[in-house]
Amino acid sequence: MTARLARLPWGLLVVVLAFCVPAVGSRFYTFLANDIVIWALFATSLNLLVGVTGLVSFGHAAYFGIGAYTTGLLMKQLGVPFGLAFPAAGVLAGGVALVFGFFCVRLTRIYFAMLTLAFAQIVWAICFQWNEVTGGEQGMPEIPYPSFDWIAELQMPLVGGWRTAEYFYFLTLIMVALCLWVMRRIVGSPFGRMLATIRENAERAEFIGVNVRRYELAAFVLAGAFAGLAGGLFGIFNRGVFPDFAYWTKSAEVLIMTLLGGMGTFYGPAIGAMVLILLNQQIVAHTQYWPFVLGTILVILLFVFPGGLAGAVQAAARRVGRARHA
Amino acid sequence: MLDVRDVRKSFGGFLAVGGVSLRVDRGQIAAIIGPNGAGKTTFFNLVTGHVRPDAGSVVLDGRDVTGLPPHDVCRLGMGRSFQRTNIFPRLTVYENVQAAFLSHRGRGRDLWSRVARLYREDTLALLDALGLLEHADETSGFLSHGAQKQLELGIALASEPALLLLDEPTAGMSATETRETIRLVEQIARERALTLLFTEHDMEVVFSIAQRITVLHQGRVIAEGTPAEVRADAEVRRVYLGERR
Repeated sequence: MTARLARLPWGLLVVVLAFCVPAVGSRFYTFLANDIVIWALFATSLNLLVGVTGLVSFGHAAYFGIGAYTTGLLMKQLGVPFGLAFPAAGVLAGGVALVFGFFCVRLTRIYFAMLTLAFAQIVWAICFQWNEVTGGEQGMPEIPYPSFDWIAELQMPLVGGWRTAEYFYFLTLIMVALCLWVMRRIVGSPFGRMLATIRENAERAEFIGVNVRRYELAAFVLAGAFAGLAGGLFGIFNRGVFPDFAYWTKSAEVLIMTLLGGMGTFYGPAIGAMVLILLNQQIVAHTQYWPFVLGTILVILLFVFPGGLAGAVQAAARRVGRARHA
Repeated sequence: MLDVRDVRKSFGGFLAVGGVSLRVDRGQIAAIIGPNGAGKTTFFNLVTGHVRPDAGSVVLDGRDVTGLPPHDVCRLGMGRSFQRTNIFPRLTVYENVQAAFLSHRGRGRDLWSRVARLYREDTLALLDALGLLEHADETSGFLSHGAQKQLELGIALASEPALLLLDEPTAGMSATETRETIRLVEQIARERALTLLFTEHDMEVVFSIAQRITVLHQGRVIAEGTPAEVRADAEVRRVYLGERR
């Protein structure tokens, strides 16, 4: 039973269900779903470092912010189409991650984490101060949507007649699904296994011939690039890019999502993103003490479900499976 | 095969290894013995690139590898196991050994293939040789101490080294496990034409399989030769063998 459940193509099912959201729910639900999908990508990219390689970054928002500014600037100021401006976010964020990562991987543990934070704060400060390019404190409002007019001209059933925001949601869904698929392949590749050996025992990894620093740097660049892609989508979705995209609280938020969902599994962080956004939306409606609730959730999480939600589900499934065998 | 000349290392004032030279010929089984704190593990760390020597040189197969990082030394054909068990605890036994095959055969840069079945036959064959086949899918961190030491050996062997360094391969094992492990090590070394350099506290083991023995004491070589020569050496009897009787 559990084995059969595990064999279902869950990823595909979720994507299909997500495509139905605009048809079933209101505009608000589409908005919420769009938010979740982007953060799911962001959190999964962070997990390439945290869960897969065992490197805790406190500054992952830097690459999210760089991606958002890249796509935003290109589309708004230069009129570059989405098809170029979106990959550019990944390339630039990955490039910056290469430079920052070069220094970060020379340190370990808490020093690594602090340096990622320091670099992220530098990125934030640049976004905040560089008025001519980033709009400084005011940010960069009115990022245009990609053009979807050509779809309406297709005159096909089902694909016609949606609002721009809904088209953008579909686009986001496709892009994120592609990114997650690529990351899934990377985690399940020989390269991904090398990263796992580094997480488990970096010293031993060296002695089986793994150049630990170089692999860590590669993971850092990949994680940065995917975070950049998430940022590129988020700037458009948010209808504007602001310096706080790169602020440390964003880094903390995405780290909490990753832990909440469970860093030991591939889809855990995406689940964490969904749960945290839905919780936030529910709780903010009832109380202004969201940070208090968030803090409580974290404490419970760390003590009761150290493997996160996905970890808890896995453990429960194993227990059910064992009970059936017995 | 391995030619170490006059390596030295001190840690803040304490001279751990003070000018040790050692040669191991191809196909030889050589051992390093010495009381605790004689500098055996530090010597291993110097040879494998884990620690950089203050002076001296390490030549592997005619190539100077002094001060190269461990991942390069490993690629050049030197494998090692550790005194305390040193495995990838949350990976399965299969994944532990497979990872070493992947790394050694240069597949680590492959971001796209599915990893699960790569080098499956080689991995299973090696696990079989080590008697770990039935544990292949278990999480390695939950294995018994003895099995973890075997796995450690398996990881070292999967790097397909020409020279294998074993740091106390039977540390913490029962007498039976020790005998089995040594029989296994000897057999594998012969089958694969490995050159072997190991440290060991069990004298019976050392004198039964080693062809050359080097005795370290306080970071220096006090004797070197065949088992018979070493056994007959007066200084060795005094500082080392004598202490044990």
